[in-house]
Amino acid sequence: MFASGAVTVSGSMTVKLACRGLSAYFGQLRALHDINLDIATNSVTAVIGPSGCGKSTLVRCFNRMHEVVGGARVEGQVLLDGEDVYGPGVDAPAVRRRIGMVFQRPTPFPTMTIEENVVAGLSLDGNRLSRTAKERVVERGLRQAALWDEVKDQLGKPGTSLSGGQQQRLCIARALAVEPEVLLLDEPCSQLDPISTARIEELLSELAADYTIVLVTHNMQQAARASNFTAFLLGGKLVEFGETNQIFTNPACRETEDYVTGRFG
Amino acid sequence: MSGAVVHRARSAALWRLRSAAAPWLCACCAAGVAGALLLILGYVVREGLGAFSLSFLTELPHPVGVAGGGVGNGIVGSLIIVGLAALMAFPVGTLAGIFLASSGWETLVDLVRYLCDVLASIPSIAIGLFAYSLLVEPFGHFSGFSASFAFAVLMLPLIIRTSEAAMRGVSHEIREAAIALGAREHVATLRFVLPAAWPGVVTGLLLAVARVTGETAPLLFTAFGSQFWELNPANPMAELSLQIFTYAISPYRSWHAQAWAGALLLILSVFALSVLARLFLRRSARS
Ligand SMILES: Nc1ncnc2c1ncn2[C@@H]1O[C@H](COP(=O)(O)OP(=O)(O)OP(=O)(O)O)[C@@H](O)[C@H]1O
Ligand SMILES: [Mg+2]
Repeated sequence: MFASGAVTVSGSMTVKLACRGLSAYFGQLRALHDINLDIATNSVTAVIGPSGCGKSTLVRCFNRMHEVVGGARVEGQVLLDGEDVYGPGVDAPAVRRRIGMVFQRPTPFPTMTIEENVVAGLSLDGNRLSRTAKERVVERGLRQAALWDEVKDQLGKPGTSLSGGQQQRLCIARALAVEPEVLLLDEPCSQLDPISTARIEELLSELAADYTIVLVTHNMQQAARASNFTAFLLGGKLVEFGETNQIFTNPACRETEDYVTGRFG
Repeated sequence: MSGAVVHRARSAALWRLRSAAAPWLCACCAAGVAGALLLILGYVVREGLGAFSLSFLTELPHPVGVAGGGVGNGIVGSLIIVGLAALMAFPVGTLAGIFLASSGWETLVDLVRYLCDVLASIPSIAIGLFAYSLLVEPFGHFSGFSASFAFAVLMLPLIIRTSEAAMRGVSHEIREAAIALGAREHVATLRFVLPAAWPGVVTGLLLAVARVTGETAPLLFTAFGSQFWELNPANPMAELSLQIFTYAISPYRSWHAQAWAGALLLILSVFALSVLARLFLRRSARS
């Protein structure tokens, strides 16, 4: 079966991110069981599965956010360009700058303006950006997140004054401003209306040209529409992984078929 | 059967009566509290307004029998003593609050929080005595600074707990978002969570200041009081609530009037502080 042994992405694609024998724990609770998975460069990989199956935990293991929770622990490897992010001497903040993340709820920093939110990740070491460099980063980030035209005249307004969908795109801009290589999105549209959702899905396919994207979603249609590859998790185990087309039209496993056709979950 | 129906109807009527009476009862209690407050306020205003004037705010106390005079030196002394106390308590208390809110070191956090509660329940006069034995006795004279120290100790638990609550009130997601951007944990706490918690932290400071502004007991053997414009906290200093105390226990009518005027001033400043604190909280609620 797919869950055992490494699953490799097909053809000529290179692997950006991979996990080998990845298990994650919350204290005594084992949330992920021995996951092996390859994520292709410049693709959108969807992670689907019923609530509580470990989707968030999986992507939080990728950028070492899992260990921020007290009592949480990881076993196995996560390879970014072939290097283990849990290896000795690897600095977690450095990993997180290479693997950006957008959360389910939009989280603009409440005391910051739109502009300050976009550059928030850039001055963390205390070094200041020049005014022109800042303007460039802000415009580039907001354009990439398809937000520039809507907010270019109100960059000094609080980030929290935007609509939910705009806030989420602001968070995407903020994550992109750090120039990560991988972008993790954990149910980024679950609190948004259909129009904002369509906006972000469109955005993801554009971003895949420059970034490697992992999209956690509850929404089967979204996974089918917006992703190249799909991983199906169940009870902390990887049940099936493959091209999205194949997962949705011709799944190898019974559980996958039941889930994608809506028979449970 | 019909007995049960009657019983049910009766209990329903009773229930309706009770739910009709409850809001009225609550309203009466609220009105009682508000009434008591207004009564006190009205009385203080009636007794104090006569002696209240510009010169009351700006002049030195006059000797008994000489009309007029004020509590100018007491006001200045209060500002200096409370200001110094805030200067000492604020950084320490805020940092301790940040520690309590964000440290994973459970046993130490529990210990500090427990000590904080103990400290909050120690009577202020005992803290005054502590300041006396630490900063008055060894130097051989009273001082404004020793009063500041006593006030700082009184303010600490309040500042610690309010800043902890303010830090905890900032959603966990803000902290995670900062860490996910590549911020180290202490950077996330100080540069992202603290600014979001700032209005709550400042509110805590203002409430702590309001709390000690009315304190008199620890001043009796620390600041001690003074008849002069004393600006050096190394010397004994006048303080408003201390002056009220001295005037109130004196046998002179004119001093009694001054005590009431002082009380009025004190109430007004504490009131202003709590309004300020509310405004700050309102601002934090908006963002
Ligand atoms: N902070 C935590 N402490 C303890 N257990 C947790 C914690 N977070 C998640 N879990 C547990 O880990 C398992 C996986 O949770 P996870 O959040 O990864 O699921 P999910 O697939 O993202 O679910 P959802 O679709 O509801 O977001 C669940 O059983 C959950 O109860
Ligand atoms: Mg989740």
